[in-house]
Amino acid sequence: MSSNSKDLSNPHLALSPADRTTLFDSDRWRLRLKGLALPVLIIVFLEIIVRIGWLPAYQMPAPSEIALTLGDLAEGALWKHISASLLRVLLGFAIGASLALVFAAWVGLSREAEAYLEPTFAGLRSIPSLAWVPLLLLWLGIDETSKVVLIAIGAFFPVYLNGVAAIRNIDRKLVEVGHMYGFSRRRLVRRILLPAALPGLFTGLRSGMSLAWMFLVAAELIAATRGLGYLLSDGRETSRPDIVLAAIIVLAVLGKLSDGLLAGLEKRFLAWRDTFNGTED
Amino acid sequence: MPHALLDIHVARKTFATTTVLNDIHLQLQPRETVSLLGPSGCGKSTLLRIVAGLEKDFEGQLLSHTEQLAFVFQEARLMPWLTVQQNIGFSNDDHYDRAWVAQLIEEVGLSGFADALPKALSGGMAQRVAIARGLYSRPRVLLLDEPFSAVDAFTRMKLQDLLLQLAERHAIALLLVTHDVDEALYLSDRVLVMDNRPSRIRQELAVQLPHPRDRRDPLLARLKALALTELHRAHVI
Repeated sequence: MSSNSKDLSNPHLALSPADRTTLFDSDRWRLRLKGLALPVLIIVFLEIIVRIGWLPAYQMPAPSEIALTLGDLAEGALWKHISASLLRVLLGFAIGASLALVFAAWVGLSREAEAYLEPTFAGLRSIPSLAWVPLLLLWLGIDETSKVVLIAIGAFFPVYLNGVAAIRNIDRKLVEVGHMYGFSRRRLVRRILLPAALPGLFTGLRSGMSLAWMFLVAAELIAATRGLGYLLSDGRETSRPDIVLAAIIVLAVLGKLSDGLLAGLEKRFLAWRDTFNGTED
Repeated sequence: MPHALLDIHVARKTFATTTVLNDIHLQLQPRETVSLLGPSGCGKSTLLRIVAGLEKDFEGQLLSHTEQLAFVFQEARLMPWLTVQQNIGFSNDDHYDRAWVAQLIEEVGLSGFADALPKALSGGMAQRVAIARGLYSRPRVLLLDEPFSAVDAFTRMKLQDLLLQLAERHAIALLLVTHDVDEALYLSDRVLVMDNRPSRIRQELAVQLPHPRDRRDPLLARLKALALTELHRAHVI
């Protein structure tokens, strides 16, 4: 909002509202182009040093090779892998995050629940989540269930932790306004606690989503016949670094898209926040 | 004398081992404006919270107490995710009386800001919204806890006049906590000068001046001298 306010306040520029939006857009595009500069530079650099033979192509394929591999995959098995992975992540994230929200609300709103539950969760949290893998494989086999459960565990803790912190960080003074009006517990939650905790909840959901992708890869690397993690280990076993890198790129794109979706929701629901946006004006 | 809106006796109020309030008798008549004047931490805010029902743990009794009271806090305490009009109608969730809210917005001088978010408001404007929110429930008593202490001197004078205007128009009694001697005398019919801990009411100053008042009135200056003497004796200043 304020990144272009300097331009707008320039007295030599008499701007109609339509001009302002185009200026705003072009400004945003300029920022995006700045963000693209470094990746493009790296790609060009890699392409050159692979082509002139400084790096052996069997270890580091040229970016153009990777693009070709990606194209080949897109005509064949890629979509199958993507849909398998996406389904697992979404299912695991949905289960883990909703359980986490329920427990976070419970622990956040009740000292009693905190006393009973928090020590157990603190203990479970200190287990590195990947240590569950062998147990899940023993209990649930190597099919979908064990993978979804692992992803759910991965997504659970960041959402739970941020949720509890979000509720406990609510300004007591706002809660007192609700007391002043004699709000019931339910009304207090709906009218004050939930909206006030929303920023923290979104932080939790976004880090939960990124951990869900991480655990997806872990689950699929270990035992899978489909999915992007499988593509990674398949590329390694067949000595095809181009496939590995293609899978990495697809993972990055999917991770970015899912985070972008949450960020978009966050921006929409939290437009009321009065926070520092990186520019001083 | 008409029936008092508020009649409260606080025998004693303690926090842990310190007694903050000691034997305080407080009455508020309809349409009356009373100020509690004392230093920060003398327990006057606690007294106000007892009156508001926010503080229930004290020795004493509410001899007469109206349910129709509203509270304006020191900070505006607006919900940052709600617009100005949603904040004013906050106590009625989404089905607030839109016409009444629009009238209140007009009366506090915020026309055109109905859909603004709190982040777009200055401190004085936010406090206007808080006052409108207090008036929304059509209270008979408005309790104010140092409502203008966070705004600059000029805004404060404007808000004081606005408050008197609104109290007059809606026939509301005001009970105000402040540490500003001028503010207490300018607004009130009675000023209760509080002692330091444990707080008692040290002296009651009646301000027998009609409204609207002139801030330069010599009577106000004389009363200010009296109040300052009392505060000095109480080792407050």
